[in-house]
Amino acid sequence: MKNDRIIGQVKRVNGPVIEVMGITDAMMYELVRVSDENLIGEIIKLENETAIVQVYENTTGIAPGDPVYGAGIELSLELGPGMIGTIYDGIQRPLEEIRKISEIYIERGISVPSLNRDTKWHFIPTAKAGERITGGAILGTVQETERIKHKILVPPEERGVIESIVAEGEYTVEEPIAIIRRGEETKELTLMHRWPIRVSRPVKQRLPLDLPLITGQRVLDTLFPVAKGGTVAIPGGFGTGKTMAQQAIAKWCDADIIVYIGCGERGNEITDVLTEFPKLVDPRTGRSLMERTILIANTSNMPVSAREASIYTGITMAEYYRDQGFHVAVMADSTSRWAEALRELSGRMEEMPAEEGFPAYLPTKIAEFYERAGYMETLSDRTGSVTIIGAVSPPGGDFSEPVTQHTKRFIRCFWALDRGLANARHYPAISWLESYSEYLGEMSVWWEEQVSPAWQQDRAEIMELLHREVRLQQVVKLVGPDALPDTQRFVLDVCSLFKNSFLQQNSYDKIDMFSVPQKQVKMLHIIVTYWLRGSEAIKRGATLVKLRKMKVYQDIIKMKFTVPNDDLSHLDTIEARLERSLSQLESVYA
Amino acid sequence: MPSTGKSKEKALLHGREYIGVDKIDGPLIFIRNTHPVGYRELVECVDAKGAVRLGIVLETSKEMVVAQIFEGTSGLTMPDTRVRFSGEPLTISVSEEMLGRVFNGLGHPIDGGAPPRGDLEMDANGMAINPTARQYPRDFIQTGISTIDGMNTLIRGQKLPIFSGNGLPHNELAAQIARQSKIRGSDTGFAVVFAAMGVKHDVARFFTRSFEESGVLENVALFLSLADDPSIERLITPRTALTLAEYLAFERDMHVLVIMTDMTNYCESLREISTIRGEIPSRKGYPGYLYSDLAELYERSGMIKEHKGSITSLPILTMPNDDISHPIPDLSGYITEGQIVFEREMDGRGIYPPIAGLPSLSRLMKDGIGEGMTREDHPHLASQLFAAYSYVKDVRNLASVIGEEELTPLDHIYLDFGKEFEQRFVSQRKDEDRSIEQTLDIGWEVLRVLPVEELHRITEEEIEKFYGK
Repeated sequence: MKNDRIIGQVKRVNGPVIEVMGITDAMMYELVRVSDENLIGEIIKLENETAIVQVYENTTGIAPGDPVYGAGIELSLELGPGMIGTIYDGIQRPLEEIRKISEIYIERGISVPSLNRDTKWHFIPTAKAGERITGGAILGTVQETERIKHKILVPPEERGVIESIVAEGEYTVEEPIAIIRRGEETKELTLMHRWPIRVSRPVKQRLPLDLPLITGQRVLDTLFPVAKGGTVAIPGGFGTGKTMAQQAIAKWCDADIIVYIGCGERGNEITDVLTEFPKLVDPRTGRSLMERTILIANTSNMPVSAREASIYTGITMAEYYRDQGFHVAVMADSTSRWAEALRELSGRMEEMPAEEGFPAYLPTKIAEFYERAGYMETLSDRTGSVTIIGAVSPPGGDFSEPVTQHTKRFIRCFWALDRGLANARHYPAISWLESYSEYLGEMSVWWEEQVSPAWQQDRAEIMELLHREVRLQQVVKLVGPDALPDTQRFVLDVCSLFKNSFLQQNSYDKIDMFSVPQKQVKMLHIIVTYWLRGSEAIKRGATLVKLRKMKVYQDIIKMKFTVPNDDLSHLDTIEARLERSLSQLESVYA
Repeated sequence: MPSTGKSKEKALLHGREYIGVDKIDGPLIFIRNTHPVGYRELVECVDAKGAVRLGIVLETSKEMVVAQIFEGTSGLTMPDTRVRFSGEPLTISVSEEMLGRVFNGLGHPIDGGAPPRGDLEMDANGMAINPTARQYPRDFIQTGISTIDGMNTLIRGQKLPIFSGNGLPHNELAAQIARQSKIRGSDTGFAVVFAAMGVKHDVARFFTRSFEESGVLENVALFLSLADDPSIERLITPRTALTLAEYLAFERDMHVLVIMTDMTNYCESLREISTIRGEIPSRKGYPGYLYSDLAELYERSGMIKEHKGSITSLPILTMPNDDISHPIPDLSGYITEGQIVFEREMDGRGIYPPIAGLPSLSRLMKDGIGEGMTREDHPHLASQLFAAYSYVKDVRNLASVIGEEELTPLDHIYLDFGKEFEQRFVSQRKDEDRSIEQTLDIGWEVLRVLPVEELHRITEEEIEKFYGK
């Protein structure tokens, strides 16, 4: 970079961490470039005349004495139209553009602007000259994709009077679109602005969380709902389906925008998202899912320090769209890799470790990250939310390790993945015993008003039953199921019906891959009815075999596959038939 | 860009030779007061007898350079050791001629032949593949082994490790896969790149003989760093092997199968170096960067858009004390696309291959099977076999508590199913090469033990077409 000043020389290289000497005016978290290869780095510690820099690229060949250039700004993102549908690395370099320069591999020192400089965007101004504006105000709009109308925001720290604003027309992200005056100073604004990744963007105030984020996954929406603006952790050992769950939510949840952070995970998983998402159609808008998705890919073999940054890059982008009034869901897969990156860098800096080699500031960092979620009133008086869904990969699947434990302190919804369920190919393998949601109380209002008044009661009924089943299973383990009376065997029967035909969801089936809330509620109600009326019948002398022989039983098993989301009338038919069959049965034993 | 004057100056510096080192600790040497040396630069270290050993720079600062020597430091003296820095990272000279040859961990021939003519010099450390350049793998590889093809399908470009234990037949299975693997409808076989890290001589000989007997040896390159070679050499062996694999796959359009054994030895060498350097350990003394380091190896497999070749990798690791939650299998499982897990109990009952049904998994299976790829009934059949076998496990647990006599009649049928499944579907001869149709047909035969009402995961059409046959 031409304008960069030399801030010092390399003193020592230890993997991605380098020591720089001869520092006079460097700034904390300043963006730097190392050696004439232009490797991107960030200052993370300053002490006397030395600085510690973490380098976001492979440091092979960097030698003591190499110059270090400072950019004079903190490591920041370019925020503006053109991010949706793009795949970035951990420090917002567009990977498709990099591929044009370096075909297969990500070579070092490639410098590509984050937002395309040549694309012309159709800008429609909404603010007028002479208006007094503050940070976060909306200057106008740009149709970014068919479904996302991007609002052009005044950078949060700017304010003043609009001296001039351009007419509707085509502009690149660098061309000035407005000039604002504040006292004697004037400032040109463009379609994009920069924001440091480690600083959360300001808002007017936090709002209570009372809207659910509908994921379309029955076990989540019905049993453990999350609010828009909430925080969730999905922990699970390898092979329990974390990524599958994350991808299913990214596909079908009702957020406006998805930021999917592949943090230290497999390259092919990112490729999978890249090939699959453009082909999938969002059921709510009929548009490709890629038109609402931003991908951040820092695969496990990419430099570890960029992995640390990728989480902040993702959340900053999410906040930027939230400030425009969108509901954004951030999928972070996996926060454990991020924590491990912190550990690795901390080790390289020879810091004193706390638990299992993790630095003592790990809980602070986790808390800072999850606190950036929320349902907010923005500076421009709109409302928007950032929901964080973070996967956690505990070593050995043991939830007592530091990352899972500290994460649990700062999230309010816990979707625990269970190895036993995954081994039995019960997907999503979310344990109904270990998971919880603290949003339940807030969510039940919405469900009862918008969907069905029976929701809370039915849900409580089935949860109680699932817990009863656990105790019964312990008895079965000792004496076998035959020794139980029919009333108790019926509990086992209903639970296995509920697990097979409600909790299990096939993400490859065209109908079953997501369920609208109305379908979930009706399915739940049918099963609860079967339980309540069925146990009545058994008390009167009906046998379990008779109940299971009812023709409607087979329909209940298959209802998740047979009833499409846009026509739920068949569920009413099933319910009516169930009522009828049960009445017939009861009349026999009356 | 550095000016020509500067690069000349650099070239002169790199010709410089330092006599004497300041400290030798295990495989590491420490040298003070050098010119500015680059991180990960190649080091040539000449001992008193004039033999050259190679190493790379692990840490560099104005005061001190730390380098690890791959051939070990045995016999080096502090005053008489001469050290040269090449100014370049470690590169491997690769060519197609390397197939059919045997090398040490650094890629030097040890079969008595002349060094092969190099076609290209490639950085042994490799670089991260751009995720946008990857092609999502979906071509089914027929290994001829029913549990793999039927239930944990291997896909071209996948990395699927074998989690084994000491004394279990993982070598036999790896050799069988290498011999039998083919893509359906194409007659091109796989080139095999074999990296042995710290394995015993007889294991190396077993593989060589197995390749010889099946007549594929001219398509195999072996990189051997055996149990009695310096442990540090194990760190470079998989990198050398993968560099050749990348060349063959992405420069020469070949389909390459990389077998790396034993990853546990590799990780132990890594721990050894880390401990000598005084780094802060994470779990069980392994360094915090074990995950990143393993990812650097595993993630080098895959397929690339607009390139015909592929790298499929089959790392083998022995789980210390058969513990799957040990850091090595645990971190591997988080990077690889599934795992084939061996079960000692099945091996004890004489079942080969002793592949545990439930913990084994192939993540890429879903996109590579079914109509047009294997057969239309494959996805549901596999899912049903999994579900039924999982129930068998529950029944066996129950039976061990309450006794088999107390089981319900249905549970007895499940026990029969479990026996049939293990004896007929899982179990096969070490030279038995089953086609996918044979595998699926056996699957149906076994399922016929169960009554039709138990088949929840199979559609009615499939029941009619396959179950009733």
